[in-house]
Amino acid sequence: MQLVFVQFMTGLASAASLFLVASGLSIIFGVTRIVNFAHGAFYMLGAYVAYTLTDRFTGAFGFWFALLAAAAIVAIVGCLLEMTLLRRIYQAPELFQLLATFGVTLMVQDLVLLIWGPEDLVGPRAPGLAGAVEIFGKRIPSYDLFLIALGPLVLAGLWLLFHRTRWGVLVRAATLDRSMVAALGINQKWLFTGVFGLGVFLAALGGALQIPRDAVNHGMDLRIIVEAFVVVVIGGLGSTTGAFVAAILVSQLNAFGILVLPKISLVLVFLVMAVVLVVRPWGLFGTRPPPAQASIGMAVRPWRPLAPGEIAVAAAVVAAVALMPLWLGHYALTVASEILIFVLFAASLHLLMSVGGLASFGHAAYFGLGAYGAAFVVKAAGLPMLAAIAAGPLLAALGAAVVGWFAVSLSGVYFAMLTLAFSQIVWSIAFQWVDVTGGDNGILGLWPDAFAASPAAFFWLTLAVVTPALVWLHMVIFSPFGYALRAVRDSELRAEAIGIDRRRVQWIAFVIAGTAAGLGGALFAFLKGSIFPDVMAIPTSVDGLVMVLLGGVETVLGPIVGAVVFKALAMWLISQTDYSKLVLGAVVVALVVAFPKGIVGTLADWRDRLTARRGAGPSDAEASADATAAEPPAGTMAPAPSPATVAGRTRP
Amino acid sequence: MTRLLDVENLAKSYAGLAAVRHVSFGLDRGEILAMIGPNGAGKSTCFNMLNGQIRPDAGRIRIDGVDTTSLPPRAVWRKGVGRTFQITATFGSMTVRENVQVALMSHGGALGRWFGRADTRGRDEADRLLALVGMAADADRAAAELAYGDLKRLELAVALANRPKLLLMDEPTAGMAPRERVGLMRLTAEIARAEGIGVLFTEHDMDVVFEHADRMMVLSRGLLIAEGPPETVRRDPEVRAIYLGEGLVYDARHQEARADASTSGPQPEARA
Amino acid sequence: MSPTATRRLLVAAAFALALPAPLLAAEIKIGEINSYSGLPAFTEPYRKGWQLAVEEINAKGGINGDKLVVISKDDAGKPADAVTAANELVSREGVVMLTGAFFSHVGLALSDFAAQKKMFFLAGEPLTDAIVWSKGNRYTFRLRPSNYMQAAMLAEEAAKLPAKRWATVAPNYEYGQSAVAVFKQLLSAKRPDIEWVGEQWPPQGKIDAGAVAEALAATKPEAILNVTFGPDLVKFVREGNTRGLFQGRSVVSFLTGEPEYIDPLKAETPEGWIVTGYPWNGVGTPEHDAFLKAYQAKFNDYPRLGSIVGYALMKSVAAILTKAGSTDTDKLIEAARGIGVETPFGPIVFRAIDHQATLGAFVGKTAVKDGKGVMVDFVYRDGAKYLPSDDEVKKMRPQN
Repeated sequence: MQLVFVQFMTGLASAASLFLVASGLSIIFGVTRIVNFAHGAFYMLGAYVAYTLTDRFTGAFGFWFALLAAAAIVAIVGCLLEMTLLRRIYQAPELFQLLATFGVTLMVQDLVLLIWGPEDLVGPRAPGLAGAVEIFGKRIPSYDLFLIALGPLVLAGLWLLFHRTRWGVLVRAATLDRSMVAALGINQKWLFTGVFGLGVFLAALGGALQIPRDAVNHGMDLRIIVEAFVVVVIGGLGSTTGAFVAAILVSQLNAFGILVLPKISLVLVFLVMAVVLVVRPWGLFGTRPPPAQASIGMAVRPWRPLAPGEIAVAAAVVAAVALMPLWLGHYALTVASEILIFVLFAASLHLLMSVGGLASFGHAAYFGLGAYGAAFVVKAAGLPMLAAIAAGPLLAALGAAVVGWFAVSLSGVYFAMLTLAFSQIVWSIAFQWVDVTGGDNGILGLWPDAFAASPAAFFWLTLAVVTPALVWLHMVIFSPFGYALRAVRDSELRAEAIGIDRRRVQWIAFVIAGTAAGLGGALFAFLKGSIFPDVMAIPTSVDGLVMVLLGGVETVLGPIVGAVVFKALAMWLISQTDYSKLVLGAVVVALVVAFPKGIVGTLADWRDRLTARRGAGPSDAEASADATAAEPPAGTMAPAPSPATVAGRTRP
Repeated sequence: MTRLLDVENLAKSYAGLAAVRHVSFGLDRGEILAMIGPNGAGKSTCFNMLNGQIRPDAGRIRIDGVDTTSLPPRAVWRKGVGRTFQITATFGSMTVRENVQVALMSHGGALGRWFGRADTRGRDEADRLLALVGMAADADRAAAELAYGDLKRLELAVALANRPKLLLMDEPTAGMAPRERVGLMRLTAEIARAEGIGVLFTEHDMDVVFEHADRMMVLSRGLLIAEGPPETVRRDPEVRAIYLGEGLVYDARHQEARADASTSGPQPEARA
Repeated sequence: MSPTATRRLLVAAAFALALPAPLLAAEIKIGEINSYSGLPAFTEPYRKGWQLAVEEINAKGGINGDKLVVISKDDAGKPADAVTAANELVSREGVVMLTGAFFSHVGLALSDFAAQKKMFFLAGEPLTDAIVWSKGNRYTFRLRPSNYMQAAMLAEEAAKLPAKRWATVAPNYEYGQSAVAVFKQLLSAKRPDIEWVGEQWPPQGKIDAGAVAEALAATKPEAILNVTFGPDLVKFVREGNTRGLFQGRSVVSFLTGEPEYIDPLKAETPEGWIVTGYPWNGVGTPEHDAFLKAYQAKFNDYPRLGSIVGYALMKSVAAILTKAGSTDTDKLIEAARGIGVETPFGPIVFRAIDHQATLGAFVGKTAVKDGKGVMVDFVYRDGAKYLPSDDEVKKMRPQN
């Protein structure tokens, strides 16, 4: 009984910080629709700044002042970020902002290292709250009691803010319907900035409050961000009460779960999320979002297959790539093989994300399953490499079939989070099932057969596998099935009204995408000679998203260009500098601002404008005028959706 | 011979609030039936039950003698029912022609194919349908950039792609200029009569109703309060009472104002 | 300063100026890979350690007159990136051997790469037993005392405790799992009367410390084995202190005495834990004093355990290269088997039987002095005495 009580109190205390971070994330998403990947970075910054300030201002007053000041400072940084970066890209396709905040996260990681050094920092205990209070014969840390009280207080404060102030009411209205606020003539710009600042403040406060319990360290950002996302999704997007309840739920389950199954915490939160999303697709306190806001695919430039001339160009490119072993060294060839593999990975995600409108945050799971599948075939069945490359993707297909069956009931961010949850579950199976997967120590000795052992031979093999796979994906996009997939993305209502089964179509697409990713994974296993669970962890999934977004989510060839640019850049930087994250993050942010539609999307825009300028016919001129009207030039601050966007959005 | 559409005792309520209360009606081949009624009368609920978007609480729907009650929209469509929406639903990222082609491929059972290019399939047939609705010149434009009236016509072409026996049109002329409305409905009527398609449509514009409907039915608060030829219904005192209360009918200036507002762009709220 | 410059820097440039040019005629390039961006708290001191060693080596005439050049790469803590870096070092830079690694899985990936490419690999830090035993290969050597060795040192001390009821807490991955398994096996062998009453497996880096502390307390152990480290350790110690978990209980803890982990705890360092570690200001041997003086003079900072690993690693590399008198892989392996190397901890030997070095560790107790965590009552345990018998090793290690 004592234990139950004490675990309950511990759970409540852990929930407090989680709630602060998650509620901030939820508010930001609700209003701006930004999936703020940098939220964890702000949490970490809050802790670091608070550490520095508590060092300077001692005493009881100094300590609490330091925590609040740290949160305020970081909130100001957040506002500046919103004004200088995010404002430029509200126009971009949904999730594109994720890319920007991802770049910021990378930069913050290295900046923190440069400013505060590599070592873990242990801040002071809270003055007056360093000890414990004995309750029912158990010592409960007084700081825990403070946190337990703080959670509901913040919740109440937020409630008052959102229900008793004009600003708060506007925020709630914006959460329900963004276009409505625009119509009311509210200055959206400052509303967004304020909301972003509030969200960041909460995150930074959550981080600052960790000082008396945790060591301030470099891993804090990524540790909290995923958990915060999970809490937001379990609670229901945009609902602070939901975030509160979900934070408590997750923390309590963890506190009690470890009594029964000590190894459960690795997956517990993801299991909970998966169950909640399967049972209650919009989270505990969420409401069904307005019918899928198809923002991907609203480009005014309809897709078309490659024209004969373009096919010739593509063939020439492939031929040129095939000749690379003649002039590239061994190392460059292994790098080229890796890039090719990630091109396939990005292209497979593109089928799901761009063609199907389903952004998976857990696509690495199928890449990893393909790799493990190939490894099992080699290790257990003793089959040669080619058989393994052929068989590996089957495991990925199987995994995708199971996960996809659940996931396609959802859409938007909920779909993203359910795929994330499943990928974490798959990852933790690989991580914990040591007898089969080798756990963290992986599976070694997966080297190519003799005929493909040289870097050149393996490169050709990779090219020989990846090229047909890409051609096949391209064919799928322009096949009748590809049209069905785009149809359900553009308008589920219309698609169902002309006899298309949305769930079935999306499920098949999920399996195709998973299988293609698995093929890449199987090649990857042989490229590296070994396979470890980290390949299917969240960073690989995020890399995939970044590649697709960078290339241009609304384009057909985007993923190829995005994968080449991102992967080459990342590999080169990591080889050249210890601060690769800082540079890579800065480059990503710069690309986001310079190419708000992705590299290929922006290039296509330029080409269109050029053609329009050259074209003499009046109809051409009109079309170009339309196109430019619909696309404000990069850099203009126009958070209000353009007429074209409004039309696209209000049409269910 | 069975009627094309036979609806018996259709009912639906939301949270105890009856939206449609035991409505029965029928429709013959080649017949054009208008469903009118003030906002909240249950027209949309009724429509959505007919094509399977909403499951009725009670009642039976038979199309050409086949029971389609509670079938999902895609299954109802396979029984030969085409439909247009009050707020248009098209595939914005595709060209106008591709929108029709997708419907044609779905009708032909080709959408499961992973191979072969789709853009050559059913091209001629799509162009024929587009020509029929007067959209041939716009075939290569992206649906996302069409004006609202054009979207309505595109929807008609899409709805015709499966050679339907029954056409359900939810406010087909809303948002169109007066001249366009008459044109579109005249066209629909011609096609319906030529091919023996039954048409059920809801409409706010009484000019359109009186000009094109063979019969009309009036819903109010979920009840069917009148049914018959337009001239008969027009004289029905109950209908008059409801409509005079609403102040909607015969107010020419009001109609004009609405039409003007509508042509300036999509304004679903104005009709919601 | 650009890190690229750092690593490309001919580390002995300053000294080379003072030397007649012909003395360091040719260059011997070796490749070094570590998780510089992934784990800077360890790898920064580690890098300083090996830079100091390289400087000393070249100042004393290099490798048989050739200059030792280290080309260093970051693996970002990912095995796949480590393999890419290894490829670059081998194919493009033409290094004669590979060395480095912190994480066990990175070490294993590199070890497998080395076997495939027939490249000499000297692992510095990875603790997993697999790298020399179950997944050992003839190309791979390892410097640091392994998981098994540290467990054996701690089990020896633990056996002397009166405690019979033991609970364990360890991060939930291979390192934590094997540390607990070996410790249990060795302690139970010495003390059959011991009962294992509870275990906690928090995810690495995400410990819910309050809940874990209470769950451990609920099993009423007399002693606790801790394998958590880094931020997890800080949280665990803070919660345990506040909740009185450690009162009246013995705690045996892996790695906690290493400056990397004990220093952040400052005044909150729990007292009386039996730990392995490195009491840098108390070693007092001549070889260590010399190292300490040189290190502090060069970097104006005190060494961490990583510094020792980096320093001893490069000294080992130099010894092997010098003895082999060649850069041929087979000759390097031949030279490395059984070679003796001088380190700040004293002489060590790379065993021929399993390529494990006999580098030891300090075992002692934690204490707080002047608001800082320190080790007291420590003894250096020679790694050679904490390894299984040759027969057992032969059974575990694939014979090749």
